[in-house]
Amino acid sequence: MPFLFSFLRLLAVVMALLAVPTIALAQAAEDAFTRLGADSFSDTARAIDILVQSAHPNAAVVIEALADGRLLAGGGAVAVKTKEGGFLDARTGQALTAAPAGLNAVRLNNNVRRVIQGALGGLGLINPDPGKRVAAAEAVFRARDVSVLPVLEAAIAKETDNRARRALREAQAAILIAKTDAPPFDRIAAVDVLRERGDQDALATLRALPGDASPGLKEAQARAIAEIEGKLALWRAGQNLWYGLSLGSVLLLAAIGLAITFGVMGVINMAHGEMVMLGAYTTFIVQEVIRARFPGLFDWSLAIAIPAAFIVAGAVGVAIERGVIRFLYGRPLETLLATWGISLILQQAVRTAFGPTNREVGAPAFMSGAFELGGLAITWNRLWIIVFAALVFAALLAILKLTPMGLQMRAVTQNRRMASAMGIRTGRIDALTFGLGSGVAGLAGVALSQIDNVSPNLGQSYIIDSFMVVVFGGVGNLWGTLISAMSLGVANKLLEPYAGAVLGKIALLVFIILFIQKRPRGLFALKGRAVEA
Amino acid sequence: MITRFLLSNMDKRGYAFLAIVAAIGLLVPLANLLMPAGSPLHVSTATMSLWGKYLCYALLAISLDLVWGYCGILSLGHGAFFALGGYAMGMYLMRQIGSRGVYGNPVLPDFMVFLNWQELPWYWYGFSSFPFAMLMVLAVPGLLAFVFGWFAFRSRVTGVYLSIITQALTYALLLAFFRNDMGFGGNNGLTDFKDILGFNVQAQGTRAALFAMTCVMLISGFLIARGIVTSKLGKVVIAIRDAESRTRFLGYRVDRFKLFVFTVSACMAGVAGALYVPQVGIINPSEFAPANSIETVIWVAVGGRGSLVGAALGAVVVNWAKTVFTSGFMAPYWLFALGALFVFVTLFMPKGILGTAQGWWESRKRPAPVPAPEPAPAE
Amino acid sequence: MNAPTPGALTSSLLYLDGVSVSFDGFKAIRGLSLTIEPGEMRAIIGPNGAGKTTMMDIITGKTRPDEGTVMFGGSVDLTRLDEAAIANLGIGRKFQKPTVFDFHTIEDNILLALKSKRSVLKTLFWQTESQQQKRIDEILGIIKLTDKRERLAGSLSHGQKQWLEIGMLLAQDPKLLLVDEPAAGMTDGETAQTAVLLKEIAKDHSVIVVEHDMGFIRELGVKVTVLHEGSVLAEGPLDQVSANERVVEVYLGR
Repeated sequence: MPFLFSFLRLLAVVMALLAVPTIALAQAAEDAFTRLGADSFSDTARAIDILVQSAHPNAAVVIEALADGRLLAGGGAVAVKTKEGGFLDARTGQALTAAPAGLNAVRLNNNVRRVIQGALGGLGLINPDPGKRVAAAEAVFRARDVSVLPVLEAAIAKETDNRARRALREAQAAILIAKTDAPPFDRIAAVDVLRERGDQDALATLRALPGDASPGLKEAQARAIAEIEGKLALWRAGQNLWYGLSLGSVLLLAAIGLAITFGVMGVINMAHGEMVMLGAYTTFIVQEVIRARFPGLFDWSLAIAIPAAFIVAGAVGVAIERGVIRFLYGRPLETLLATWGISLILQQAVRTAFGPTNREVGAPAFMSGAFELGGLAITWNRLWIIVFAALVFAALLAILKLTPMGLQMRAVTQNRRMASAMGIRTGRIDALTFGLGSGVAGLAGVALSQIDNVSPNLGQSYIIDSFMVVVFGGVGNLWGTLISAMSLGVANKLLEPYAGAVLGKIALLVFIILFIQKRPRGLFALKGRAVEA
Repeated sequence: MITRFLLSNMDKRGYAFLAIVAAIGLLVPLANLLMPAGSPLHVSTATMSLWGKYLCYALLAISLDLVWGYCGILSLGHGAFFALGGYAMGMYLMRQIGSRGVYGNPVLPDFMVFLNWQELPWYWYGFSSFPFAMLMVLAVPGLLAFVFGWFAFRSRVTGVYLSIITQALTYALLLAFFRNDMGFGGNNGLTDFKDILGFNVQAQGTRAALFAMTCVMLISGFLIARGIVTSKLGKVVIAIRDAESRTRFLGYRVDRFKLFVFTVSACMAGVAGALYVPQVGIINPSEFAPANSIETVIWVAVGGRGSLVGAALGAVVVNWAKTVFTSGFMAPYWLFALGALFVFVTLFMPKGILGTAQGWWESRKRPAPVPAPEPAPAE
Repeated sequence: MNAPTPGALTSSLLYLDGVSVSFDGFKAIRGLSLTIEPGEMRAIIGPNGAGKTTMMDIITGKTRPDEGTVMFGGSVDLTRLDEAAIANLGIGRKFQKPTVFDFHTIEDNILLALKSKRSVLKTLFWQTESQQQKRIDEILGIIKLTDKRERLAGSLSHGQKQWLEIGMLLAQDPKLLLVDEPAAGMTDGETAQTAVLLKEIAKDHSVIVVEHDMGFIRELGVKVTVLHEGSVLAEGPLDQVSANERVVEVYLGR
């Protein structure tokens, strides 16, 4: 009987595809509507199959409504409740003036849902839009409804679009591999198709192979699973590496200003994190102004915030240097305490002005969303932050290497007294250096406003990490800071899957504490007698 | 020999400090227990516990002054030793709860029952014994300081680098203690204590005894620290602070001296933490927050570093000010005041209250002072 | 003449052979060889950058040489020891810039330097014995600071600090003293007195003096070693050395 039935169905489908409406098909459709009113799961499932095969003009509408629980039936009548709340006659598709009385929603169970999935897929497979066909094939792939197989095979035969053809083949493979009565050769070929697809779904499908499989099939399956797992592990590692680089670039942004102030002036600026916070709040204010006055410029808000944040944080930095730090040169530990005090004041000032809660900084269109690159999911904001960090780094390097101010800064780093004797106004260089370092922290704030909560505590959460980056990288060397930030970021993210986020972080802290014992001046330290002085 | 070690070279200021603390330790509990509630001489239990907390902080400040003021090691992680001592005490108090917890488990503290733990982790063994717990109050912070210092001082990590890695140390511990599976109550820490040595922790008499005990430990801590800094070892330690490599060329093993002072100081901080916990009623991971350790530094700076009495005074003054400030309409401005205090003290009062007052007093007595040396380099 | 026979190796107090060290590619010391006999006083001169201070750093363990032998007392390899161990062996050092403990009294400065056990526990429970107190008083007399013993060392004048440091060296009672520019920044009178003091010390100690002041060296009247670019250029009595053409060339320029 099943054979006969399949044959009939195949016949029906082929005829449906040929778009030859017949009386028999019309009768079949009528049978389906009767079954929908029978309030039995198996009848409902059958009705769906029949609707698909009969290519009833309302099939898609009816089945979709069924899936959403909007299909009402009772006493021979079947009605569709539209999404807007109106009602249609399921048979004719004509609008009904009043809600039909005495009808109940057709009930679903998991089996029916699965059949619906396959049916919707089956219906989509013959859609004129290739994109829709791919989506339908994906649906079939997941539903793995054997009854769609004939439709699928017919669709494959006349498919011309390459992408859709591959999707259809994959869907076919997903059904065949589980179909115990399919020819063994086809099933092994199906394994290959899935292996080539190589994603998580393919893996799940392969794993669901029924127990009846022949040794040859099992072997093919095992090989395919191993290969996909290997490939997926590689992609996962790649994804973690990407997260690591992303974290590294955030660390770099947060730490590089500190590296400059610490490197040139030997000053530990505990208020550095608050400079980052000020940058983030500047971004917030810029956006508020743009939202209120120039909504059309919203996509440019970050570009406008960048110089604003640099100037605000830089100016505060210069003020701190001139007002407090310059009286404390040669007393690094006192500087540390005084700047900590300043950080408390700045935090509380922002808390008073903007409230203690998080402020919303929006993302411009070009920074929202994500795309896939192979097996990697890449969000635009992370990508832009990496680009931004690279630009800031390059700009700083250029300032230090190419400008007269950079030359003077390097001179002061290496030998403050000699530089002073050469006529360099070290006080002015100190103020500018501090302003530059703080301004860069402000830039970091612009970037962080896109991925973190803008709150008065923003800076606090980055200050210790920034110190670790600077200390690990070695003082007075921007490349050291770069390598340090990236390696700490990547190590953190690579450790996370094994140790968890917190333990991974603890492990890194302990590592750095131990590392400092071995190389008290970091990875890339200045050597020689000059340092000892 | 011990008496001589503790009391030799005691100056007037030291005796005054001892007398005041001893008087407070005696009179406050008496005023709390014997005076009727309406009497002007009555000290409420809440006030007494509050001042008990200040005195614990004073002991912590003395311990920090020992390493910073005398040895030039600016530890930004002393809160970690304080918290570890506190946790050791907290573990004892948790074990004393017995089956009176919410879940009534005779062995496991409530939070372990809540997390579905089946048995007590091995590191909780022994904490039901008071002597063992007290040993741990000293041993855990001491051991951590010893191991950490042994690595750091041997490889000559000094100055801001040392400060930063001590900060990293307490930060790492903060993260670790926040984790539930560490077995220290995670986020909530240890609380709901019932008994200490069989006495109810909430009872007035127990509170008074704890207060008196805090004074006793403060006096002991002061005497030990004083004994150390006035001994020849203290002179070596100050020499290390002012000219480390010169001291080395005189044949002193600088790392060992630093290690000794650092470890003693950590033990002292642990004791302060242990006294703090039963009076406050809770210990949680926030005690490890780096900000707490830095605040401790400012107490010492305010009072006058390099002076043990000054450190204790600074702790009490700053915390008293904090209580006054944060309980009134000025509350939102406390952080401004604290921040300004950091800046003001480092800029204008490098010797702290006590040092500045002393300098002013001496300049009045002697119109033409000897030229004072430059302020001590901090490294 | 500075390649010693194997027999001299055991008898000399300090023995440097083929010592080289470089910082970031710059060779501060190259193939330096030098021996000091017990009880000898030696003056070392040389233009700036000749490696005088680096040589002292190597002897006292502050800098490790890249290659070469540094032996003390004929058998102890100094390159394996740290500063404290070398100091305890009996090598004392006075720095170019006077380094005393500013926040200690003059007496405490001497006490800290006084030869004694340096362990943590010994210093914690230290009691100054009367014999040691006598020695401290004696040294204070020698360096003429007896009446200032209670003053903080930071309040001393430059010359007095130099003397205090020499006093600290005496208190250490080392077998070998390394004295870096003891007369720098002193008046002529003080310089002369310092020379007398050093000659007094040299009676029962070996001394290496690094100095620029030729008058001072002449007053000491000892064998002179001239360093140039990290190795020995000439060695001998001052008159002989100062007649050496190469020395003149180095000092006066080419």
